[in-house]
Amino acid sequence: MTVPAQENAEAQPSRVGAFIRNRIRNIAPFATLIILLAFFSIASPSFFTVDNGVNVLTQVSVTGVMAVGLTFVILCAEIDLSVAAIANATGIAVAYFTLQESYVNIPNIPLPGFAAIGLALLVCAILGLVNAFGTTIISIPSFIMTLAMMQIGAGISALLVRGQIAYAVPDLVTTLGSGAVGGVPWIVIVLGVFLVVGHVVLTYTRFGRYVYMVGGNREAAEYSGVNVKVVLGAVMVISAVCSGVAGMIGVAHFGSAQQNEFDGYLLDAIAAVVVGGTSLFGGRGGIGNTIIGLCILGVLNNGLDHVQIDSFLKILIRGIILLVALIINVYVQNLRDRERG
Amino acid sequence: MDAEAEAALREGAPRLHMVGISKSFGGVAALRDVDFLLRAGEIHGLVGENGAGKSTLMKIIAGVHAGYRGRMLIDGREAQFRSARDALAAGIGMVHQELSVVPDLTVAENVFLGKQPTKRGMIDWPGMVAGARQQLASLGIDVDPRAPMGSLSIGLQQLIELARVLFSGARIIILDEPTSALSPPEVQRLFEVLRGVRASGRSIVFISHFLDDILSVSDTVTIFRNGRRVVTEAVGKIDKGWVIKRMIGSGHEGLEESYTGAITLGSRPSAPVMLSARELSASRAFADVSLDARSGEILGVYGFMGCGQIELARTLFGKLKPTTGSLSIDGQVRRFHNTNQARRAGIAFVPESRRSMLFYQEPVYKNVSISVLGRISRLWLRPAAERDIARRHVAALNIRPPDVAALLAGLSGGNQQKVALAKWLTFMPKVLILSEPTRGMDVGAKDDVVKIVRGLRDQGLAVIVVSAEPETVLSLADRIVVMKKGRIVREFAGETISKDRLLEAA
Ligand SMILES: Nc1ncnc2c1ncn2[C@@H]1O[C@H](COP(=O)(O)OP(=O)(O)OP(=O)(O)O)[C@@H](O)[C@H]1O
Ligand SMILES: [Mg+2]
Repeated sequence: MTVPAQENAEAQPSRVGAFIRNRIRNIAPFATLIILLAFFSIASPSFFTVDNGVNVLTQVSVTGVMAVGLTFVILCAEIDLSVAAIANATGIAVAYFTLQESYVNIPNIPLPGFAAIGLALLVCAILGLVNAFGTTIISIPSFIMTLAMMQIGAGISALLVRGQIAYAVPDLVTTLGSGAVGGVPWIVIVLGVFLVVGHVVLTYTRFGRYVYMVGGNREAAEYSGVNVKVVLGAVMVISAVCSGVAGMIGVAHFGSAQQNEFDGYLLDAIAAVVVGGTSLFGGRGGIGNTIIGLCILGVLNNGLDHVQIDSFLKILIRGIILLVALIINVYVQNLRDRERG
Repeated sequence: MDAEAEAALREGAPRLHMVGISKSFGGVAALRDVDFLLRAGEIHGLVGENGAGKSTLMKIIAGVHAGYRGRMLIDGREAQFRSARDALAAGIGMVHQELSVVPDLTVAENVFLGKQPTKRGMIDWPGMVAGARQQLASLGIDVDPRAPMGSLSIGLQQLIELARVLFSGARIIILDEPTSALSPPEVQRLFEVLRGVRASGRSIVFISHFLDDILSVSDTVTIFRNGRRVVTEAVGKIDKGWVIKRMIGSGHEGLEESYTGAITLGSRPSAPVMLSARELSASRAFADVSLDARSGEILGVYGFMGCGQIELARTLFGKLKPTTGSLSIDGQVRRFHNTNQARRAGIAFVPESRRSMLFYQEPVYKNVSISVLGRISRLWLRPAAERDIARRHVAALNIRPPDVAALLAGLSGGNQQKVALAKWLTFMPKVLILSEPTRGMDVGAKDDVVKIVRGLRDQGLAVIVVSAEPETVLSLADRIVVMKKGRIVREFAGETISKDRLLEAA
């Protein structure tokens, strides 16, 4: 008596199937991007042009620089909610140390350009160190710690400008924020440099490996003799410094430094990282994912402008896309956990 | 279908019948055309080398792997599960090889996971706590059901997970290496419970690498090798040598002696002391522990689960901070604030739980290299060097599959354990601390580990082996200290000892 081996409904997963399942974290965002590009190219003739491409990149630059730092944090399975607040504080700090026009009525301390930039960087680095101290030494969950830092950053911003608007920033910052070289805005080049450096650090350095391992299994990293606290502290500082730079060039880009200038950027930066497919649970993803996430966000914002859509609907559509991306992100994680059995 | 299966069919449908099961992962076959038969009221032992496919077959039964080839019949009826939930609904409960408890929930919630008793739509807390207390008591466990799971020792967690499945009312109970963290009295108590479960007509599959356990508790034994079922036999007719021969092949029957006889300890009292602990205490876990680990000697620390030996090992590696006492390495007094400092001081540590040592979503070579990255690269990574190192260890420890780029999650339990050990073997540490080093390994692999660890000792390392398995300590140690309730109660050195004497002391 022999029983024919019968194919189970979900037959043996093929190699292709396994490949797709392993890569879905990368494939899903990429497919989303292609679909969006195709959709807007068809919907609007003015969308798929070189000029508009540069536009899109310019529009995501400030978000992008923040997102680079945030990628490190999220890879470690932590979160930094203070990126926009630190960007704001740093942008205002650099203006505070710059000579303003006489009609700007802020009791500030004008210094030479390089000193102003140096001090502004110091501000964001210190704020990052405070985040690092709180999360590692005192063991406050990063979610709470950076929530507090969000308020502190807003407080610093408020104190420095006192409801006013400052306009002048050091020349170097002005150039990087609003200048262009050979038709390419400097701000896009800055973004490019941050992305490349971020990618190189994450993929090719020992520190980058530690970031992935700490995110993948913190306990195992500790038992392997990795100094987990140093790694976590470092990513908080990296995130703060990236935010600070984003804040400075952002101020130059928009032409003014004022309170609440970057409020929308926290969500955008987190969205860019997560929509790109970096796991909120840590250990999976990277700058490549963040690039795709940024492009999705940029194309979506820019494309919706091209198709003349109700600007209130725009907000809803962005929300829905973010939700879908989060669902995919968590779903993929579950899929992997199930594979592991 | 073979003769026994047909015989079983004549007697009436078996509880569970797997026919022609094949399963592969990414083109690599894990099971090839396997038949498996489980009767009602039977304890069925399942043995085989690491990676033989035991867990894979059980996961198919429990609905974890939905994609496979072949048929499954339960009580004669065709069954097909899409998920573990389906299998649970059909009365199949499984305790996985890797602990799957929820550390943040309480003990009671873990016992009743997914089926909390309710009263008027609300969770019936008093009922749940009382129920959990009673179920745990029948396994001889006395813990507060309201304690968080994560605060308990791994052995207790394992027992509680067992309780969850044993008392879930499942008709088919699958236990994948359930005793790997238990000490002998608990194992005996578990067996009593299993016999009780059998008497109620339910069926149990029991996977273990402890052949003595398998032979003492099961009615039938099935041997797996290389993804195939080799043979199924009633226990009365076979012995350990017979099993080992079919598991690994002839010529290995002498493996894993029972250690009931006398073993002479080869202590070296004159060798230089590498690690020395003096009156070390850690709140509640252990007190007043003094011990010396000498280079070229393996020190065994034996004690029943929960006697503080695990915490002691963690303290030596800087993971826990001692409340009092001192520690010196190679003659220098040290205070570790973190594990990194301990590693730099020349201490290597393999914890008892694989999950807290390994990166499941990373390839084998990254798992191996993580603890030595600082030695092989400063700023830039050198993946080629990492792979070379990993390849050496994979070959030396005979890790299957021998592919350093394979994802760790795809390795069988025993092979994962070897990877955890391989982490520390690239640059010789001064002191190697192994907590349950052979947990989950087959007899052949255990023998490999014994050889490897002895090789390291002969190179002058001080090795500390911490275990609740008497066999592990007896097979490795040159000197043994016994811990009981957080204190060292006995030392065996330069004398002959047997398993019974060791158990008596603990
Ligand atoms: N999720 C997976 N992905 C890829 N390969 C896998 C997966 N699970 C198991 N395998 C492979 O299938 C084979 C059988 O593994 P299985 O876990 O069933 O072994 P086992 O008999 O339980 O061994 P052990 O005693 O070590 O637990 C192994 O070669 C293993 O590498
Ligand atoms: Mg297994």
